[in-house]
Amino acid sequence: MSSFPLLTIIIFLPLVGAAALFFVKEQQARWVALGVTLADFALSLPLWFWFDSTTAQMQFTERASWITSPAINYALGLDGISLPMVLLTTFLTPFCVGISWRAIESRVPLFMASLLIMETAMLGVFAALDFVLFYVFWEAMLIPMYLLIGVWGGPNRVYAAVKFFLYTLVGSVLLLAAIIVLFFKGGHTFDILLLGKGEFTPALQSWLFWAFFAAFAVKVPMFPFHTWLPDAHVEAPTAGSVILASVLLKMGAYGFLRFTLPMLPDATVAFTPIIIALSVIAILYGAYMALAQADLKKLIAYSSVSHMGFVTLGIFALNTQGIEGAILQMVNHGITTGALFLCVGIIYERTHSRLISDNCGLTGPMPRYATFLVVFSLSSIGLPGTNSFVGEFLVLAGTFFWSKPVAALASLGIILAAAYMLWMVQRVAFGQRSEQAGHGTIRLPDLNLREMALLAPLLVLVFWIGLVPNQVLTPMHASVANLLDQLDQQEAAFARTPRATPDAVASITDHVSPVTHQP
Amino acid sequence: MEYALIPLLPFAAFLILGLFGHWIKDRAHFVAVPAVVTSFLLSMLAFLDVAGGRQTTMPLYTWLQSGDVTIALGLSIDRLTAVMLLLVTTVSSLVHVYTIGYMQGEKGYARFFAYIALFTFSMLMLVMADNFLQLFVFWEAVGLCSYLLIGHWYERQSACNAATKAFVVNRVGDFGFLLGLLLVLDSFGTLDYHQVFAQASAYTSDTVNLLRPFGGEWRVSTLTLICLLLFVGAIGKSAQVPLHVWLPDAMEGPTPISALIHAATMVTAGVFMVARLSPLYNLSPVAMNVVAVVGGLTMVLGATIALTQYDIKRVVAYSTVSQLGYMVMACGLGAYTAGMYHLLTHGAFKALLFLGCGSVIIALHHEQDMRHMGGLKDKLPITYWTFVIGSLALAGFPLTSGFFSKDDILVSAWSAGALGKTLAVAGLLTAGLTAFYSFRLVFVTFWGPSHVDPHHAGHVHEPSKTMTVPLIILAVLAVLAGYLGIPQFLAPALPGPEGTGGHHEGGAAAGIMIVATLLGLSGIAAAYVMYVKLPGLAESLANQWQGAYRLSFNKWFVDEAYDRAFVKPTFHLADRLWQRVDVGIIDAAVNGTARGVAWFGWILRLIQSGQTQHYALGMILGAVLILTVYLLT
Repeated sequence: MSSFPLLTIIIFLPLVGAAALFFVKEQQARWVALGVTLADFALSLPLWFWFDSTTAQMQFTERASWITSPAINYALGLDGISLPMVLLTTFLTPFCVGISWRAIESRVPLFMASLLIMETAMLGVFAALDFVLFYVFWEAMLIPMYLLIGVWGGPNRVYAAVKFFLYTLVGSVLLLAAIIVLFFKGGHTFDILLLGKGEFTPALQSWLFWAFFAAFAVKVPMFPFHTWLPDAHVEAPTAGSVILASVLLKMGAYGFLRFTLPMLPDATVAFTPIIIALSVIAILYGAYMALAQADLKKLIAYSSVSHMGFVTLGIFALNTQGIEGAILQMVNHGITTGALFLCVGIIYERTHSRLISDNCGLTGPMPRYATFLVVFSLSSIGLPGTNSFVGEFLVLAGTFFWSKPVAALASLGIILAAAYMLWMVQRVAFGQRSEQAGHGTIRLPDLNLREMALLAPLLVLVFWIGLVPNQVLTPMHASVANLLDQLDQQEAAFARTPRATPDAVASITDHVSPVTHQP
Repeated sequence: MEYALIPLLPFAAFLILGLFGHWIKDRAHFVAVPAVVTSFLLSMLAFLDVAGGRQTTMPLYTWLQSGDVTIALGLSIDRLTAVMLLLVTTVSSLVHVYTIGYMQGEKGYARFFAYIALFTFSMLMLVMADNFLQLFVFWEAVGLCSYLLIGHWYERQSACNAATKAFVVNRVGDFGFLLGLLLVLDSFGTLDYHQVFAQASAYTSDTVNLLRPFGGEWRVSTLTLICLLLFVGAIGKSAQVPLHVWLPDAMEGPTPISALIHAATMVTAGVFMVARLSPLYNLSPVAMNVVAVVGGLTMVLGATIALTQYDIKRVVAYSTVSQLGYMVMACGLGAYTAGMYHLLTHGAFKALLFLGCGSVIIALHHEQDMRHMGGLKDKLPITYWTFVIGSLALAGFPLTSGFFSKDDILVSAWSAGALGKTLAVAGLLTAGLTAFYSFRLVFVTFWGPSHVDPHHAGHVHEPSKTMTVPLIILAVLAVLAGYLGIPQFLAPALPGPEGTGGHHEGGAAAGIMIVATLLGLSGIAAAYVMYVKLPGLAESLANQWQGAYRLSFNKWFVDEAYDRAFVKPTFHLADRLWQRVDVGIIDAAVNGTARGVAWFGWILRLIQSGQTQHYALGMILGAVLILTVYLLT
């Protein structure tokens, strides 16, 4: 298995497909893209089954020298943190092709090629074990995404595309600077695993922490670096929105997990309160923003800010439950928000409007559509039995072990989520279709077979993860335990330790308190 | 293991109807009814098993494992669960049958059956849960079913509003529940009932510092905090003050679900929870007192509002709020058995009353305003007589089931200290109000001259057998439930806090029984005088006591207050935050930066003029500047 370059094939197959697209006819481009993405997903499935959950070691590793001086390697590998992300990516890309089947009519081969290049770059980011390689993939994502928004986007697409590009580029520059500093201070290596074992002075860690933060917080996006997201979502074509929400936003959280936590443990602990505060603000602020939106895509975009707040909250709770919950929530958000954007895309194809007021009372004409929309919305608000409940529950549990008032504040987000989501559902799915404003003239056929095929698998996943989350959590255990071990003694106190007696609880409880207030 | 079928059969019915409902259509009851009736029969077996001393536990699977948090799901049937199983499956079966007639010809017929089957499944799983997480999961699941069913007639704006309101208000409660559950997990390291209960007594002096990790010290008893947080969930689900506002609006749903969900089963989940967790509540006197007071307030408030409402279903809904208050109050005073007893009898007679309302509403072509009824007793004799039986039970008329269970609560309350005595007096007075409003409903609806819309008046007739038979069965149960020995069956499973319960003073008990009966009878008499003998009296009294009347009629203005205090400010804040902060500050800063860079670039471009003399001037100015700095320092 180790000799067979499975990861390389999975990563570069879409790129090959993109190249092939320039040689096929416009009509066949869709089928080629679909075939390539499905094949890529099929190839990535063995990763799931062959993955050894008992070890935190990198698996499916590949290593080749790329540039000898300085030593930059082509190094790939997966652990329990990146495996779910890779599968999420290969799983969701075919949906992006599928939803663009009719929606994209101009320059189809170019569009599909952009999607496929995007897939290669995203997979590379998650699988790279060399910092330079990582950075190459990281930057490579910007271009196809820029094109997806800037060429096939809505009326204000250029503004949104440039805003997206510049926002992320500012962060990336600082990331690059941090990588170079790490190279020189970390023993002249770009090896991510080696750098994770390196020890840097607290002062240096602080600088690097904020440099990393700039790159990752923009991608997540964390408050107050989120304003590119609503614009990018609104202007992007549906496939772009799905990729953006489902995979691209995970890059930031993944960066925190892969780089910030292992490489900068002291800074991580020192700045935890700030990140937690920003996360809680994001949860509540995003929810409030969502409440004020009249545009479906903006509503879901702001709900993403809120949901990703849960992810960063879980990561920086720095315990098993928080981090596993965060990773699971990354997957969940990919599935559920991706599905919601698909739903918006489907209705946009019919009414050519994303405004809630233009899409009222759809249950009557489109009962199947309404059913899917309601289920995905319920998943989005974390209803038990669906995927998001598990993630939110673990994140809140992890946060609760860290601080009860913070967990209580974050939980307010689930009330607000119910408010904005159900209010949207009430208006879009229920109620009566008004005949004014030309609604009567728009034909509203229910979901066709293609659209059913796009939504049904996501629906299955929503319940599968909700009912048997252990299957998704098990591969994470060893890697997350390893990650927490890498944080030194000071952080280890944050991790939840088994307690035997109430006294032990009390002593742990008091010990954990970072603010040195003791009676 | 066959008892796992009790919840699974309705679930199977839901799946079949959910997936193939568009094909099954108006034959949906052939799927749902047999499933639920079989569940009922199995519940009988389970009940007999438990009565024979055999408790069933069925581990299902490990749902989640993360770090040292392991959550396994499982089912268990003990005495408390057994009676709840019987209640749920009985009422659910009857409501299923009743629905055949009530929803006949509706286009959402199959969908409706799918949802009530799903509800039945969820409710059964809720009462069979053997751990806090499962309780919470199905707590939310029944809330979802309630949401879907309230909004069944989705074209109606008012139904959609009510559905969303119900869900969001319940979410407020669930927010507390979730935190309580996390605190249990944090403190005990497990969510399993038995393990938590077994350890609970060791935690009585344990405290939580609420201000950790911000510095500062605010310690509260862990158990009290757990109980209070979990009770917030019960306040939401069981429509207690101050979260009672969703229940009356929930009457927008079709009447069968008002009977099943919003009277007999789901809304009693809060009472069930407190009883289920009685080993924890018993250890926290503070939490118990809060529970008792909240229950007492709800009891009084619900009854005062029910006095003046005109919508037939809303009268019964506010009566439900009030009766739930009785049950919660009883639990808070440690009289879990009495609370559960009333829960069961109430389940029978309140389901009966709602289904009776439904029968009237159907006969009058969906008319719900009592002012457009009257004189129906001869046209709807079965409905009328069963309704009277239900009303008698609700009013606590001697020898009906409601008489026994309410009496049990009041007597237990009287023997529970000063707070108990106060609440017992309030309970007695409320009993009088209860009798009054229930017979106001009977007299205005069924007696007197007819105010029915003349278009329909001619063909008002009794509904089909599928609707009348459940009424008759429930009427029998509403009487019989008092003689089944329910308190004796439950008592061993639900001991109150140490040093309470079981020692009623005989004299006081007899006194309370007599006073309650007299108050009940005078309530009925007052209703008779005001609405039959002297029809103008009610109006002139309302004019005379206008302040009180308006307070009651407008439901104490709670909805308006919440609208002002929470709903409007929330939307206002959201809008303001978006316009002022997100667009006005953050995005403006981003765009400003971009514009700044562009402006800077424009300035730089001016310098790059390409003309040699400009560069020369720059060089000279620079040289002068450097020289100046050099000379001055």
